Amino acid sequence: MKVLKAGAAVATAVVLALTATACGSGSKDSASDAGASGGTKSDKIAIGIKFDQPGLGLKTPDGKFEGFDVDVATYVAKELGYQPDQIEWKQAISAERENLISNGDVKFIAATYSINDKRKARVDFAGPYFLAHQDLLVRADDNSITKVEDLNKKKLCSVTGSTSAQNVKKDLAPEADLLQQGGYSECLTALENKGVDALTTDDSILAGYAAQEKNKGKFKLVGLKMSNENYGIGLKKGDKELQTKINAALKKMVADGSWEAAVKKNLGPANYKNEPAPQITEGS
Amino acid sequence: MFDFLDSGQYDLLGAFWVTVQLTLYSAVGSLVWGTVLAGMRVSPVPLMRAFGTAYVNLVRNTPLTLLIIGSSLGLSQTLGFNMGGSTFKETGFRLAVLALSAYTGTFVCEALRSGINTVPVGQAEAARALGLSFFQVLTLIVLPQAFRAVIAPLANVLIALTKNTTVAAAIGVAEAALLMKEMVENEADALFAVFGIFALGFCLLTLPTGLLLGWVAKRVAVKR
Repeated sequence: MKVLKAGAAVATAVVLALTATACGSGSKDSASDAGASGGTKSDKIAIGIKFDQPGLGLKTPDGKFEGFDVDVATYVAKELGYQPDQIEWKQAISAERENLISNGDVKFIAATYSINDKRKARVDFAGPYFLAHQDLLVRADDNSITKVEDLNKKKLCSVTGSTSAQNVKKDLAPEADLLQQGGYSECLTALENKGVDALTTDDSILAGYAAQEKNKGKFKLVGLKMSNENYGIGLKKGDKELQTKINAALKKMVADGSWEAAVKKNLGPANYKNEPAPQITEGS
Repeated sequence: MFDFLDSGQYDLLGAFWVTVQLTLYSAVGSLVWGTVLAGMRVSPVPLMRAFGTAYVNLVRNTPLTLLIIGSSLGLSQTLGFNMGGSTFKETGFRLAVLALSAYTGTFVCEALRSGINTVPVGQAEAARALGLSFFQVLTLIVLPQAFRAVIAPLANVLIALTKNTTVAAAIGVAEAALLMKEMVENEADALFAVFGIFALGFCLLTLPTGLLLGWVAKRVAVKR
């Protein structure tokens, strides 16, 4: 890998040189920006969410935003002093989340963002505000999968390159026939047509799809807890003040019952048994 | 910065090897199919000309992503046509080759047709005067000269094809772009390094192709 690495270093240097001129502000400048304007003074707040995950973060055809992540973000923004009409929603696709935060394009991100060490090298987290598990979605009349080992004889679908897909390939069921598609909607089509036997990713995401009006009654969750995904709110590295404020907002949301209500409203229709609100572990 | 390459978690060479295989199989497929299409488009039979024209204009103006996802969702998932593959890995690869050949064939066809136009009309007339059939005129006289004129444009098509194989990641073919998605998902702290590696990888594949075929084009060009 020596030659590869040397070559890669050269290529990266070129890429970096190009992007450095394009992006301008280094992390230091934008950090001081955020500090100066922080709080209630500016009248808009940019928040990153997913636009394509029903039940969690979804942009509806009429331009509204709905889902559990949206409700959490709205509540947190309110605690930070912003009314819902002052929120500017930005799409945070998985690969771009760290860049959106470190470039200062968004104040924070609530988008099924699992806390892990690699990500903590680039951003800080508040929370976690939700505990999800990797799980399976199957057709409602299919009872053939009861444990993880059953997967080895099954056809499985997940999203290209996702953590769930990698877990299946490496650890959970290396012999399962894994179909990787561009999005969960394609997987649902395959599941409905019996092209695959199960769809795997976080149970919260699966519940969101199963709870959609057009899918009601067609699918069910198996309830295997194959991993722990602690969703956190991503924010700029080193912004302790914002982290403390968001943590306080999340605690308040759980305490006054809005958290439970938001889970029931967005994920409830799929008979999803959610975990209780997790303890805040970040930044304390 | 490049520590993750040493972890043994990513099979970089393996992923690029799948990219190379996709490119080679699709290159052969599209060369054959493109030649057939070009033959149809210059043939004296109106029905064949109409089919060739309709196919080329329909397929080359359809986004490749649509063709590849269509072949996966439509052909494989819905119609159950799996190209003889028993696992998704095999099926996905074959479907990707099918879709890439169907798409790239149109560009090969058009390059070849412009090559046919460079062959002086006298050549075909002389061949016909000798009593050769249309098929013989095309395969013995016109196409050999046409091919030698279009090596350079075909090199462009081949380079475009190499890069187009990344679309196969959309249906889960484990080539370079899919590995890049995995690395981006896992290595949030080394995003630019990941991009750099894959940019370099594709340059290593395409630059020599261009240089080699440029040299060949000069060597075999018909001097008129």
